[in-house]
Amino acid sequence: MKPAPFAYAKARSLDHAIELLARPDGEARLLAGGQSLMATLNMRLSAPKLLIDLNGVKGLDGIAAKDGAVEIGAMVRHVQAERSADIARYAPLIALALPHIGHAAIRNRGTLGGSIAFADPAAELPACLLALGGELDIAGHKGKRTVKADDFFKGLFETALGPNDVLTAIRIPAATTETRVGFAEFARRHGDYAIAGLAACAKASGAGLSDVRLAYFGVGNTPIRAKNAEAALAGGDIEGAVKALGGDLDPQDDVQSTGAAKKHLAGVLLRRVAKQLMEARP
Amino acid sequence: MSAPTHQITLTVNGETVSETVEARKTLVDFLREDLFLTGSHVGCEHGVCGACTVRVDGAVVRGCLMLAAQCDGARVETIEGVSDGGEIADLQAAFEKRNALQCGFCTPGMLLTAQELLAGGGVPSREKIREHISGNYCRCTGYQAIVDAIEAVAMARAGGEK
Repeated sequence: MKPAPFAYAKARSLDHAIELLARPDGEARLLAGGQSLMATLNMRLSAPKLLIDLNGVKGLDGIAAKDGAVEIGAMVRHVQAERSADIARYAPLIALALPHIGHAAIRNRGTLGGSIAFADPAAELPACLLALGGELDIAGHKGKRTVKADDFFKGLFETALGPNDVLTAIRIPAATTETRVGFAEFARRHGDYAIAGLAACAKASGAGLSDVRLAYFGVGNTPIRAKNAEAALAGGDIEGAVKALGGDLDPQDDVQSTGAAKKHLAGVLLRRVAKQLMEARP
Repeated sequence: MSAPTHQITLTVNGETVSETVEARKTLVDFLREDLFLTGSHVGCEHGVCGACTVRVDGAVVRGCLMLAAQCDGARVETIEGVSDGGEIADLQAAFEKRNALQCGFCTPGMLLTAQELLAGGGVPSREKIREHISGNYCRCTGYQAIVDAIEAVAMARAGGEK
């Protein structure tokens, strides 16, 4: 289908984008890579009055490792992150996840910030950000603020972003020699949204693991931390962690799969990812 | 209310084009309806099938997930330009030789996507080839012949460079 009519404006700066967002009807949407938004417009799942194009706004597409963290501008494209030595070295979980996101043509255009702000519950990057305990920089007409990933994802396609807010960057702790990461997903076709997936981060602690963070995607309305399983895995008990998922996840049926199948897959994913966490850093 | 429009100037297959487009017009509809470049096809219109694949500023993108208005100042290449320029003549010959197309609907997108992989150099594994074309649906061939053709061209090009 074709999108319903809308007006289009190219933002000249971050301030200009925020100014354009401030409409009384709240019917403006930010256009980043457009790889999700344009599809929803074409299907007429959404019909904003104004699209504000962030492509061309300077200062939103940098990747910088500093002060023990990696800061990634919201308009960094997937392909740019895939080719970044800083991402490979300091954000290995994101490097593992990137090849699973869409297809080559989608990654040439899609942005990390766009994916996270869109917050599709089956998308890889929101779960990665949650697993890494990252934070998000948000700019709005009242100024700037920082929100933790644990507080960002509120509900189905709902985040802490208000109607006049722009996500400007994400920040994650830089990986050290103790950092262990794991990633796996099941999708019908490579690059499709996952039926179920798991992004995980931990610290090597002696022969075991500490600070285990497991973030599932595709099994709820938001990416979900599996906190009971995290505790069991930190104790070295993989099968115990799989059992503990029963208290962490309650996936519902969707177009791709039944909830029961997703629940089973969550256990399979956990066994695979636990193995990755316990092996050497990729 | 008249629909919002934008004046855009871009290069398409090396030629400078200036047109007025409706804000909501996608790049692929602009190419097909305004410039009559109908080699880029419109399939699913939500980024799944890959039939609308074109190159913008050298990178392969979905023509249905970009607006024409976003392409002001851009360098757009379609299958017509890439084909006429001879850049993929060997790939096209290999597709024909190996029956890597039947109805041809996916072929322009498949060729541009394959060319992006091959332009990276070397001989990618069959698995890598499959992964790279995973965003392009073909409903005729079952993909095997397409992978064969891309692999053959990769080998021929690598051999020729030695």
